[in-house]
Amino acid sequence: MTLLPAEPGAAPPPDAPEFWTLRLYVAGQTPKSITAFANLQRICEEHLAGRYQIEVIDLLVQPQLAQGDQILAIPTLVRKLPEPMRKIIGDLSNTDKVLIGLDLLPRV
Amino acid sequence: MDPLRQQLPKTPTGIDGLDEITSGGLPTGRPTLICGDAGCGKTLMAMEFLVRGATRFNEPGVFMAFEETSEELTQNVASLGFDLKALSAQGQLALDFVYLEPSEIEETGEFDLGGLFVRLGYAIDSIGAKRVVLDTIETLFAGLPNPMILRAELRRLFRWLKDKGVTAIITGERGEGQLTRQGLEEYVSDCVIVLDHRPVNLISTRRLRVVKYRGSTHGTNEYPFLIDEDGISVLPITSLGLDHHVSTERVSSGIPRLDAMLAGAGFYRGTSVLVSGTAGTGKSSLAGHFAAAACARGERVLYFAFEESPNQVVRNMGSIGIDLGRWVAQCLLQFQAVRPTFAGLELHLTTMHKAIDRFKPHIVVVDPLNSFISAGNETEVKAMLIRLVDYLKMNEITGFFTSLTTGGSALDHTDAAISSLIDTWLLLIAVEGGGERNRALSILKSRGMAHSNQTREFLITDQGVEVCDVYAGPGGVLTGSARLAQEARERADDVVRRQDIERQQRELERKRATLEAQIAALRLDFAAQEADALALIEREQARESQLAQERMDMAWSRKADVASDTEGPQ
Repeated sequence: MTLLPAEPGAAPPPDAPEFWTLRLYVAGQTPKSITAFANLQRICEEHLAGRYQIEVIDLLVQPQLAQGDQILAIPTLVRKLPEPMRKIIGDLSNTDKVLIGLDLLPRV
Repeated sequence: MDPLRQQLPKTPTGIDGLDEITSGGLPTGRPTLICGDAGCGKTLMAMEFLVRGATRFNEPGVFMAFEETSEELTQNVASLGFDLKALSAQGQLALDFVYLEPSEIEETGEFDLGGLFVRLGYAIDSIGAKRVVLDTIETLFAGLPNPMILRAELRRLFRWLKDKGVTAIITGERGEGQLTRQGLEEYVSDCVIVLDHRPVNLISTRRLRVVKYRGSTHGTNEYPFLIDEDGISVLPITSLGLDHHVSTERVSSGIPRLDAMLAGAGFYRGTSVLVSGTAGTGKSSLAGHFAAAACARGERVLYFAFEESPNQVVRNMGSIGIDLGRWVAQCLLQFQAVRPTFAGLELHLTTMHKAIDRFKPHIVVVDPLNSFISAGNETEVKAMLIRLVDYLKMNEITGFFTSLTTGGSALDHTDAAISSLIDTWLLLIAVEGGGERNRALSILKSRGMAHSNQTREFLITDQGVEVCDVYAGPGGVLTGSARLAQEARERADDVVRRQDIERQQRELERKRATLEAQIAALRLDFAAQEADALALIEREQARESQLAQERMDMAWSRKADVASDTEGPQ
């Protein structure tokens, strides 16, 4: 399990309207999970620079966490904050869909 | 079965009857598909598999629910006596509810079902599960995009379950043209069980069929099953053969003269007895006698009444001098009264089975048998009765059935066409004539004994049933008051004949007397004549001698020469 604040030391003020907490569930260092993590970092840097936090959970290490967020597919990205919770599955290679899933782009 | 033959390892389900159909249970370490329409009992069957595994076979299980939450499941099966909370607390059961909301999920590229594997693997390892249920995994197709990936992942999942060595049940909704909506049977192909739930004549029946079982023999029929307060029971019938133990012991019918007709000793124990007849011919009375006689011997009797309430049966039998209430009080006689239309045939059969299993009777009375016709069609009724009769025979229980022959049909015709199943068949007929209806009884058949070929009149008195001879004479077979009248007439004829003979005897006597009188008279007559004749002769002799004397006297007086006298006068 790794906790990766994208920009350590650049924590936003607590009253910032949109601070993003993202959780990425993977199962081991598979090509899909590595791709997903890379894609996620890229998208966050482009759209949420300075106001996001990514938590990567490896289910092979912590299998008991799978039930809590109802994880079935791997990789799954969960937007914990801001509410409501969103779930995005897949390796995040389709950027438009990721942005729609994160509500960064309006749904068509 | 040859015990030496290598058998596929099997995991007993613990569900009544299912293990008999599958000869042992589900294939150990392999997934089994249970599919069927909504509401046919898939989830329950799967749950019972886990609960029985945990409670009877010490095999913990994982239930992964895709449709109901753990709380809902716990509540739903609590009515069957399954305490999922307690089992979970004991580490015998793990419940995992998989929630999928398609609107919350966005697919953004390649994925797999690693999370599902992780969750399942975690649940299995945490309690050391031997059994797994996935209910209903096809929901994934509605919740997740990209069916191609899902199919590949399911294939991998079933492979993985096999590698884990767990015995799994996968449930699936019935699809059109195939067993499940997503064709799961292509992946889970070791054992496939189809459940069905269809109403016939307004009465719905659940049925089960083992469509496929790789590497094992199995019952191929559609077996009805029942969900009641004890869980699922499948009717384990027709797996029965014709190799049951046969008894030579005889049981009395309770009517001495009927026993006499049955080669002197009554029915064989463990056989099936049918009493058929039109309405009001005394079928139930015979059943009552039989039941009371059995109870008096200390045997247990289970009485299925489909047309009368137990109290009514007891009262009616009391009116003909059979006290059944006493045996009910002593727990030797038990009634099961239910309307035939109350349930489908299978439900009836299953409840009967259960009652028989519980009470372990020596004798079962079903009164009347053909009321089932109203609950099913003839073929089904026959199939059911075959199973019932087989079941009774297997357990060496004497079955006593009554059957109502409807007006207009042949007397030796039973509605359910079950005559071939019956070992002893008593026929009760109503003989109409002389302004009354009388009952007659005959034995149509009785396997294995030299039974009487006689028709007997059958009287219902307040002392019970009496069997007596009928009048069989030149006037045909007569019963009732016609028989009494005929007997009276014969008695009168007898008297007349006797009087006739007496009269003739008297006449003869008189003639003899007359004859003898005549003889006497003749004798007297003769005696008189004889006396006269003798007197005449005597007189004549006297006269002769007198004449001779006179001549001598004359001659002497003439002093005639004797010689000259001899030469005559000169």
